[in-house]
Amino acid sequence: MKKKKITLFDIIVHIISGFLLLIVLYPLIVVLSSSISDPALVATGQVVFLPKGINFEGYKAVFSDKEILIGYANTIFYTVFGTLINLFVTVPAGYALTKKNVPGRNFIMTLFMITMYFHGGLIPTFLLVNSLGLYNTRWVLLIMGAFSTYNCIICRSFFAAMPQELEEAAEIDGCNPLRTFVQIVLPLSKALMGVMVLYFGVAHWNSYFNAMIYIKEDHMQPLQVFLRRILILAQSAMNMEEGGEFAQAMADREALIRYAVIVVSSLPLLIVYPFLQKYFDKGVLIGSVKG
Amino acid sequence: MNKKKMNTKKQGATLKSRMWKSRYFYLMLLPAVAYVLIFNYAPMYGLQIAFKNYKVSLGMWNSPWIGFRNFTDFFNSYSFPQLMKNTFILSLYQILVGFPIPIIVALILNELKGGFKKATQTILYAPHFISTVVLVGIITTMFSPSQGVVNTLLDAIGMERIYFMGEAKYFRHMYVWSGVWQGMGWSAIVYLAALAGVDPALHEAADIDGATRMQKIIHINLPTIMPTIIIMLILRMGQIATVGYEKVYLMQNDLNVSTAEVISTYVYKRGLINLNYSFSTAMGLFNNVINVTMLLIANKVSKKVSGSGLF
Repeated sequence: MKKKKITLFDIIVHIISGFLLLIVLYPLIVVLSSSISDPALVATGQVVFLPKGINFEGYKAVFSDKEILIGYANTIFYTVFGTLINLFVTVPAGYALTKKNVPGRNFIMTLFMITMYFHGGLIPTFLLVNSLGLYNTRWVLLIMGAFSTYNCIICRSFFAAMPQELEEAAEIDGCNPLRTFVQIVLPLSKALMGVMVLYFGVAHWNSYFNAMIYIKEDHMQPLQVFLRRILILAQSAMNMEEGGEFAQAMADREALIRYAVIVVSSLPLLIVYPFLQKYFDKGVLIGSVKG
Repeated sequence: MNKKKMNTKKQGATLKSRMWKSRYFYLMLLPAVAYVLIFNYAPMYGLQIAFKNYKVSLGMWNSPWIGFRNFTDFFNSYSFPQLMKNTFILSLYQILVGFPIPIIVALILNELKGGFKKATQTILYAPHFISTVVLVGIITTMFSPSQGVVNTLLDAIGMERIYFMGEAKYFRHMYVWSGVWQGMGWSAIVYLAALAGVDPALHEAADIDGATRMQKIIHINLPTIMPTIIIMLILRMGQIATVGYEKVYLMQNDLNVSTAEVISTYVYKRGLINLNYSFSTAMGLFNNVINVTMLLIANKVSKKVSGSGLF
């Protein structure tokens, strides 16, 4: 075995990496520490690294806050069913586009590609959603963005790189393409499905804008909309010292739960993605870049 | 020539049967095509209201045509120069800083080994999974003048406290660098995957020639991922007039709006808050046309310079 020497180059590379890790981790650590610290100490800026005056009042308040619980339940609903719709619409399309002898394949591909660069924009889309009767319904958050050209191209590249023999064998055995896809191809596509679930799931979990413009009633709002009220609107009201009883009440509630609610809302994704990392680190994405 | 003609004839004759044979594949494409036609192409048809004086009571079809008046109104409005300036400065700043950093991060990560490499990657990806709302919430808190960590530190070294989110001159830095924080790891993935394709034989040959690791990065690794870099850059250019309006909108307040108002946030406010549908649609269309133009230009330049492009 060759003996590895630690060079100056190695040291520099590790110092830079350490620096990057520090930059990324520091804000996350401060948030986590603040979430289990005494709110009074947090409010005066005394928690700069480790928690001080440990208490869990913030978490207690989060888990007894009706708005947050409703938002959480709604977000889970939108994420689970929205992602299922995403997969149903996007993945089979990606598979079909690998079949070279399907007439009109290039036309459909072009139809999809154009939507990546050119779109009707906010208002025409808004008017359309209105005219379809989707405004202020849960459907709008499930359906909007059901198809993603970018993800479809990732699927296509993945399926195109799969060996054809199994599919051919299935066809000889009298399987129709639909059955071949569901019973032979999909079970071999765990890596792709992992990436797709992650991409679509994260998008649903984290989106707020569509809910803000299309959903009017609070009982249908996802978590991010409530988070916006707690984290941003209350904070700017406080900083601008516009005062008023309402602003003060909002600020008090906000100060207590802001860090805990950040942790509670972000933790699910931060726990899940490392398990899927092996899928998105290599392979699955590389073919997609070329389009 | 003759052969080709015969082929097309044969194809023509069997087109029906080929389509029938493909029926299951059409079925698989159906949901996607239906979605795209309804939610992407129908709104494009709706773009006509940019050239109309749209009235809800009259409907899209019966509202009167007014030509380019919405556009000229926009170009002549007092906010137009400011919006253009804000949009382009923010976007260029973002590209200038946000585009090279992930490449550098990937080159560095590629030099790490084993468990430390994997752990570093995992941690650098983390901010990508934080929502925009939470990200802006974290920024607002950390940079808050009274309770923020940053100001506590400034205070400790004897400097003035600064209300970062409330001053127009800090907005662009806050926006761009928080974006770097969130995206530098995740955006490096595509380059890391490309770096996995570097031919080991090249490195062995370079070793024999006595190349340093820095030289290998510059003369082997970087050229290998150059096609990926170019494609990513072209794609990025096609979004030059689109700044992440969701994040900009969240970061805006009355105090920083003079630098924080960009075309897309203005489209939202004029359209859905003030209900100027036609005017807002015209602005959105203008924005989109700039994007497509930039994409086409970038693609053309890339084809001339490097011989490869997106299409």
